[in-house]
Amino acid sequence: MTTRTTDGTSDDAGPTGARTDFALDEAPSDFRSSVGQSLARMRGGDLGPLPALLAIAVLTTIFGLANPDSFLTALNLANFLEQASSVIVIAMAVSFALLLGEIDLAAGFTAGVSAAVLATRLEEWSLLPSALTAAAVAVALGLFTGFMVARVGIPSFVVTLANVLLFQGILLLLVREGGSVRIENGVVKDLVGSNLTPAASWVFVAGAIGLYGATLVRLRRASGGSGPLALLVLRLSLVTAGAIAVTFILNRNRAFPNAPAPIRGLPIVIPVVLALVVLLNLLLNRTRFGRHMYAVGGNAEAARRAGIDVARIRLAAFTLCGLMAGIGGAFLASRVNSVDPNTGANDTLLLAVGAAVIGGTSLFGGRGRMLNAVLGGFVLALIPNGLTLVGKRILPILGEIDFSSSGVKFICAGAALLIASSVDALSRRPGV
Amino acid sequence: MTESTPLFEAVGINKTFGSVHVLHDVDFAVYPGTVTALIGDNGAGKSTLVKTMAGIHPPDSGSFRFDGSVVDIDGPRDAAALGIEVVYQDLALCENLDVVQNLYLGRELTVRGMLDERSMERAARETLASLGVRTLQSVRQLVQALSGGQRQTVAIAKAVLWNSHVVILDEPTAALGVAQTEHVLALVRRLAETGLGVVLISHNMVDVLQVADRISPMYLGRIVADLPVTPDTTTEQLVELITSGRSNGTEHGEVVR
Repeated sequence: MTTRTTDGTSDDAGPTGARTDFALDEAPSDFRSSVGQSLARMRGGDLGPLPALLAIAVLTTIFGLANPDSFLTALNLANFLEQASSVIVIAMAVSFALLLGEIDLAAGFTAGVSAAVLATRLEEWSLLPSALTAAAVAVALGLFTGFMVARVGIPSFVVTLANVLLFQGILLLLVREGGSVRIENGVVKDLVGSNLTPAASWVFVAGAIGLYGATLVRLRRASGGSGPLALLVLRLSLVTAGAIAVTFILNRNRAFPNAPAPIRGLPIVIPVVLALVVLLNLLLNRTRFGRHMYAVGGNAEAARRAGIDVARIRLAAFTLCGLMAGIGGAFLASRVNSVDPNTGANDTLLLAVGAAVIGGTSLFGGRGRMLNAVLGGFVLALIPNGLTLVGKRILPILGEIDFSSSGVKFICAGAALLIASSVDALSRRPGV
Repeated sequence: MTESTPLFEAVGINKTFGSVHVLHDVDFAVYPGTVTALIGDNGAGKSTLVKTMAGIHPPDSGSFRFDGSVVDIDGPRDAAALGIEVVYQDLALCENLDVVQNLYLGRELTVRGMLDERSMERAARETLASLGVRTLQSVRQLVQALSGGQRQTVAIAKAVLWNSHVVILDEPTAALGVAQTEHVLALVRRLAETGLGVVLISHNMVDVLQVADRISPMYLGRIVADLPVTPDTTTEQLVELITSGRSNGTEHGEVVR
């Protein structure tokens, strides 16, 4: 008794009539109802990445108007993407802790220690063993945190607070006080700062768009062919247009007129960060492990009763957090081609947590995606980038203000974080 | 009422916590296709009895029989392996996950290591439909968007999705309004009609008389009767049994200890 229903799916529910009993249970089949459903979800408190996208648009407009010659340039775009990359990767690390409703205050120092291991090993070893050692150390630090939280039962806030001191101490011992370790390895130096060739950029963009389109189509098939085709086409064409525009801009020479060599092509951080996002997304949304992480973050007791080994999930999450922080450390080191006692220190961790939260990942656990870290990282990197270019201005009432000063940058980043966490808290309150 | 063999039986169960003797030689039987109500005042031992059957508190003495043969229940896994599922009062659902994700939590279907959302969604729909659930708008709704009755429905569906044989419901209507209570009681009836042995723990005598086939009142750690529900069974009689352990109107051939 297979019949075709209006949306083209086959009614194979059998004699129980499962499909007809859920007459309302159809994914929206036209564009308008799909948009309506998204709006309803937002009213229900699930704002997702919307605030971050809004913030990016607002900040870009403000800075674009404030310094039209310097902000909206190819050089600054590439520069901005590279500035954002390390925050984004460490924010992805912290996201693993946040998804469980936990925190890792020491992720910045995990990055620092791993970077220091990488830099010191590279003084004697070749790239592969050095990188593997650095990654192993990052995993070990994460495993240690996870053990303390999941097996010993200490709150993650306290464990990682102690870790801040522990890891900072290790970092100081590794690079020796006041010293710094230079990085000479070409591959590590190229990670942040070098570009794909223009031809490779186009190949990469074409491949990425093709993969994205294939994924959209596959997801639509998996949901029984439902969902409006118009929305799929709109999404794909928006992403395609954006990617082509960015590639076109970055493939032109962006060096200063009297520079010795042209600079062109997509910064290498773009494919690397994108690959990390796709990989971790797959892990979180398409595997049992990912599902169990969301379950533990949402209701640990329910997860335990469902037979999930909650302690093991916590241990694994902190281990992954450590590994990702270690990769973030490579980004930090590559940006300045050296490691010193301040690598991963100062505001690194605050920016990472801030990026995840601004992107829409909840501090209360169970809600968030890896893409949030990217969007939030963009917001937090836009603020110092734009403010530096604004520089000294004379304002009507306040008089002269140096927007490029650290004071103004901290205040703006702090305000952005506060606004984002207010949105998170308010959206969780029923009836708001 | 036919005297079929019990699907599941607890025989001579004793349980003490420290010096407190919580369960005294409790005999309790669950029959297939039957709703057995377990009633009693607070502290009568209902929850403890359920927890021994679920393997959470193994009994000090006594035995369990499943389909007539003696079985060991030494932990929640043993109970789950026998097909005994408990829906606790706090439901234990993840509000941040949707209905399908909750139904399959901990037992997700995978294809080559990746979640098989399509199969899970279809099976979830069929289970809910077979239970006559029509109040859910979508199986992809997040649980946080559901009403109390809908959540209860999801929790019950989760318990019966797994070829379970005995489903124990702990106060399923305690927090619900009138209409939702009706929905859930109808669902309880339907569970029994599908052949499951259903245990309903309740304070509400009206609910119990409405859906139960048999009633086991508990009083101070003892099962004081095993009554089939007849049109003559009254609320007063039940209240007397759970408050004093005795009843004057015990003339329906039931066993009174």
